[in-house]
Amino acid sequence: MTQPSTLFDKLWADHVILERPDGTALLWVDRHFVHEGSHHAFAKLKDRGLALAQPDLTTGVADHYVPVRSGVTPMREIAHMLDTLQSNAETHRFRLFGQGDRRQGIVHVAGPEQGLTLPGTLVVCGDSHTATHGALGAYGFGIGATEVAHVLATQTIWQHRPCSMRLQIDGTLGPGVGAKDMALNWIARLGSDAGHGHAIEYAGSAVRGLSMEGRMTLCNLSIEGGARTGMVAPDETTFAWLKGRPYAPSGDDWTEALDRWSALRSDADAVFDREERLDADDIAPVVTWGTSPEDALPITATLPDPGRVAEPSRAKRIMVALDYMGLTPGRPIAGTPVDQVFIGSCTNARIEDLRAAASVLAGRTAKVPGLVSPGSQAVKVQAEQEGLDRIFEAAGLEWASAGCSMCVGMNGDRVAPGQRCASTTNRNFRGRQGPRARTHLMSPAMVAAAAVTGTLADVRPLLQGRAA
Amino acid sequence: MAGWTRHSGRALSLAIDNIDTDQLIPARFMATPRAQGYGQYLLHDMRHDADGRPDPDFVLNRPEAEGASILIARRNFGSGSSREAAVYALVDAGFRCVIAPSFGDIFAGNAVNNGLLPACVSEAMLEALIAAAPLDAMIDLEAGRISTDSIGVPFELKATWRLKLINGWDDIDLTASHHAEIAEYAEARRADRPWLWPPAG
Repeated sequence: MTQPSTLFDKLWADHVILERPDGTALLWVDRHFVHEGSHHAFAKLKDRGLALAQPDLTTGVADHYVPVRSGVTPMREIAHMLDTLQSNAETHRFRLFGQGDRRQGIVHVAGPEQGLTLPGTLVVCGDSHTATHGALGAYGFGIGATEVAHVLATQTIWQHRPCSMRLQIDGTLGPGVGAKDMALNWIARLGSDAGHGHAIEYAGSAVRGLSMEGRMTLCNLSIEGGARTGMVAPDETTFAWLKGRPYAPSGDDWTEALDRWSALRSDADAVFDREERLDADDIAPVVTWGTSPEDALPITATLPDPGRVAEPSRAKRIMVALDYMGLTPGRPIAGTPVDQVFIGSCTNARIEDLRAAASVLAGRTAKVPGLVSPGSQAVKVQAEQEGLDRIFEAAGLEWASAGCSMCVGMNGDRVAPGQRCASTTNRNFRGRQGPRARTHLMSPAMVAAAAVTGTLADVRPLLQGRAA
Repeated sequence: MAGWTRHSGRALSLAIDNIDTDQLIPARFMATPRAQGYGQYLLHDMRHDADGRPDPDFVLNRPEAEGASILIARRNFGSGSSREAAVYALVDAGFRCVIAPSFGDIFAGNAVNNGLLPACVSEAMLEALIAAAPLDAMIDLEAGRISTDSIGVPFELKATWRLKLINGWDDIDLTASHHAEIAEYAEARRADRPWLWPPAG
């Protein structure tokens, strides 16, 4: 009888080419995504005179630096980044979803959407949010520039075998509560370094109940809890979502693939190195108040008071974070005025996210300016077919194109110094959205609530009488 | 890249937790070619005030920072973005080692690929080092030990990472002897599941 194994064990075993005595293994890479920021890796490849090993398994996407607002001419430096990606794609002959391509979008939105990411595949990208692809039952993780160069040259990657962790979330999410709230809830509870060295499998009825969009949000934020990767076992929801996508297998290949993918789940008696549980019924809409994703609380809570924290280094950290954020200890979080909103990023810019925000904004006016950047051009087209763009524009928000935009500010879309932004993104780090910018992370519905009230606000009363 | 086994240098304390890679190097500097040097961008927005003037009280701007090569920090150092530029900024500013109780996984891997040691130490030992900093320290990769005048601190390092640091190897060097195994694996995988190769274009 074979040893019971976890989903991760199965993915790992399928990709090991060779293993060193300390557990470091050379793994096969099925899908490699590169973007404008990968320029360091291509420079390294050139320096060493190396060629691209598997062009068909490599996909370039213009997302980090791409302009998203109409009428904006990119600065010379940014245009150069886009041109460099284009020229690397031509030199090395890999597929490119470049600026203006209808398949273009944020890599973690466009890759799955085009059917490139498949259950059981190992997916890497020089971007820390690559665990997003784990929503399809893939093994996805972010890598650095030297590793990108290594994957380009060999189609393989060195990894220490991570420990396994199962995060079981059972129960039912309340109205106005979604995958973003689940993710920020566990990160706040366990800490932003809780997942170091771990591969997380998200399981339980509340996870099974999520759409593919929700699962991608949940897996996307694995890195914010420090995890190496995050994944959900593929099921009927996965297969129905994937079938017929442009690069997904079809015909007899689909039938064979489905047969193999159905075995991609943890055995009933598989043992995990760590087990954590959450009850979905206990999760309220969450917002962050500080400068780490672990600084998250329900919108109904009050801000922490460093004067009431016993441990000096923690008290100091809270004080410094509140000072940076311009917040008063002990005050209610709700009611904090915001200057602007941003709906976008690889975390929350899929069609379901835009629908959730639009359901709050419909027939209402935003009290503060804001930018809405769909996760891909395909999402943009679909949103426009559904009339969501008109809801955002009628509310007074700017409807843009697809890219990383104001999540990371590389394309010039930034939050000005001292300004407070309610954002659907993934990082509230100091300066992330621009020097001295103040970021509050929350779900798309909660950002919409912030837009219509001009403050951090509980979305739930705004959803009464509406389809959430 | 040159390997190393022992390193002696001045250690500074930046006793803050969650120093993410966005702080180590803000995104707006990352379009710069590496050849131009990244040292000036290290912790740029922490080192400078709102008007862009260096903050004289910040540890990296104080006189004792001159020539320092070891940085001591709190938990979850290098968390967040996978940007290897965070490591370039540290290396180009002269750092050979960061000592912390935990590191972002991607950062730690990037560090080793650039000859920078992510030395993982216990919380208790970390507090002792912070209390004594700035101080002179000697790092011994083979012994897995940081020594100062008064204390010896063990650190954890995976065997493959030690091998890479000592030999000055990055991942590409480590793979150099394995091309036949890779070719064999790729051929078998493609024969077994040809549909894992998407159509070109």
